[in-house]
Amino acid sequence: MARTLLDKLWDAHVVADLGDGWSLLHIDRHLLHDLSGTAGLEALAARGLKVRNPELAFATADHAVSSAPGRTGESYAPGAPLWSGLKARSAEAGLHYFDLGQVGQGIVHVMGPELGITLPGVSLICGDSHTCTHGGLGALAFGVGSSELTHALATQTLRQRKPKRLRVRFEGALGQGIAPKDLILHLIGRLGAAAGTGFAVEYAGSAIRALGIEGRMTICNLSIELGAKIGMVAPDDTTFAYVEGRRFAPKGALFDRAVAAWRGLASDPDAAFDREEVIDVADVTPTVTWGTSPEHAMAIDAAIPDPGAAPDPERREAWRAALAYMGLEPGRPLAGTPVDWVFIGSCTNSRLSDLREAAALARGRRVAPGVTAWVVPGSEQVKRDAEAEGLDRVFREAGFAWREPGCSLCVAANGERVPPGARAVSTSNRNFVGRQGPGARTHLASPAMAVAAAVTGAITDVRRI
Amino acid sequence: MRPFTEVSGPAAPFLAANVDTDVIIRIERLTGVPRGELGAYAFEALRTRREGGPDPDFVLDRPLFRGAPILIAGRNFGCGSSREGAVWALMGLGLRVVIAESFGDIFFSNCFQNGLLPVVLPKDVIDRLAAEAATGAPVAVDLVARAVRAPSGTVIAFTVDPQRRQALLEGLDEIGATLRRDDEIAAWQARDRAARPWIWAAG
Ligand code: SF4
Repeated sequence: MARTLLDKLWDAHVVADLGDGWSLLHIDRHLLHDLSGTAGLEALAARGLKVRNPELAFATADHAVSSAPGRTGESYAPGAPLWSGLKARSAEAGLHYFDLGQVGQGIVHVMGPELGITLPGVSLICGDSHTCTHGGLGALAFGVGSSELTHALATQTLRQRKPKRLRVRFEGALGQGIAPKDLILHLIGRLGAAAGTGFAVEYAGSAIRALGIEGRMTICNLSIELGAKIGMVAPDDTTFAYVEGRRFAPKGALFDRAVAAWRGLASDPDAAFDREEVIDVADVTPTVTWGTSPEHAMAIDAAIPDPGAAPDPERREAWRAALAYMGLEPGRPLAGTPVDWVFIGSCTNSRLSDLREAAALARGRRVAPGVTAWVVPGSEQVKRDAEAEGLDRVFREAGFAWREPGCSLCVAANGERVPPGARAVSTSNRNFVGRQGPGARTHLASPAMAVAAAVTGAITDVRRI
Repeated sequence: MRPFTEVSGPAAPFLAANVDTDVIIRIERLTGVPRGELGAYAFEALRTRREGGPDPDFVLDRPLFRGAPILIAGRNFGCGSSREGAVWALMGLGLRVVIAESFGDIFFSNCFQNGLLPVVLPKDVIDRLAAEAATGAPVAVDLVARAVRAPSGTVIAFTVDPQRRQALLEGLDEIGATLRRDDEIAAWQARDRAARPWIWAAG
């Protein structure tokens, strides 16, 4: 019977059929970070249990560490016990651990793929909802809560129900100034933040095929903002070329054998999906969020939505509350709204290609007066690569702060916050109330749009600069 | 995990859509506050007025619904981050049931891991139930019978995954149950080492 990418990935990991549609799934890779990972290792120890397969677990601190230049694990005091706890527990249990300043440290979803820990065809989990990012390489990757995390540490398996299959095809060629971030924000704006609930999403179509792996990861990253805990792209030659030579990737004959297996993962041509959506990429313009849910996404040249025109009372109320929180007025253009902060970073858009794109625009320009603009590379490796190309200099000369790798302003769990009432353009993935700090007003956008906002001091269509 | 059979009491209507786990509990609280004390910080941003100070109008702080065991929520409740602290914070408020049209997938599964019952009902049913419950009249949720009893006496059936229901009724320890399958896991891994050696060659 014809099978989808999801079916093939799923079937390959079933240890036992538990009945009623439940499977005991093997977990090939487990990533741990300082917030959920440290707690998970402690919960496991408290139960007197051991990590079943420490060789399959990889840990680093990202959430609760400072990104200030010259930082240590103790610069952000409340996070210090999490950082030192992760380090100590990882050593005790024999997990792979990457400390601050070492290659391997960084946002878990940047670190995994860049080290070749994430491979096509693996099942991968992390106590973090953006684990869907790793699906960009054709992995079955999803986030879990603390209980499941502990279950996976103890048993190297999880009890799971298979999700339904949703395929989204992006067809056509990206226009000038349009980034992968715009594609996925456009999709979420169109389908809504709960459209993916209960589904695993496979992204396909000519626009996806034409993207590099980092762009595919940006798209998969926001699957959870569409409501889906899994997002995937079938692996292809672009994927294999990306994986080859990475530190934990198979080498030589083993690599060739793996590629032969990975080639079979793509959905069969006649495989059926529970739902299909097609986006004509020609319809996508630079896209920015205006509200407090990722579904509050709009084309940069559109008007701020009017709650009076909302399709139902529930959305009328949600839009009204969002506009009040964001300090915006319906009917007016979003472009031209002054901004106070710009953040280029997070597991969505902090990889080398993102920084290159941002630097190309920042070169020779200046951050507008009154704007605080940060660039936070996703990992130590990204930081080093960017510095080797001189991107840090470009950013500094333009007036951006160049910082140490971590989650930083994406999450406000590390002492770094956008102040109350301040307006930020951010390349991250969540514009929730208070996400970047209590009272902070977040507009999600691509790295290029973030630079455009930084240098003009206002939300700006990147195609106009 | 805390077993669940039946709960009854006031059901607080809070029908905003897309309430995310960042709003349910701020991440900073998860680094500083012990698990058992998170209830005090649940919905922090919504329970505080913009000018500062508590907002007595927030539904769970109104006398009628303080300590209510049931929350009637909007579409896509618990979307966003995987933080299980969101469930702990809700349970810290005294909640044992959340009724909504839909839930964030990870939050939904975290609920079952802790003995908080998420009940999915259609929007029109929820709207009617919320209207009836607005007086603070008790709603009953019976997991054995898979039914919600509205204040008017109307009985509303709901569906729940049979394995999850059983686990909740028994307060089952999933880790313990899976550890009893260790031989199967070991056998699977032995076969996998031969079939996909690259998985095991890492590092
Ligand atoms: S960068 Fe943001 S979204 Fe990504 S893992 Fe860190 S906190 Fe989560």
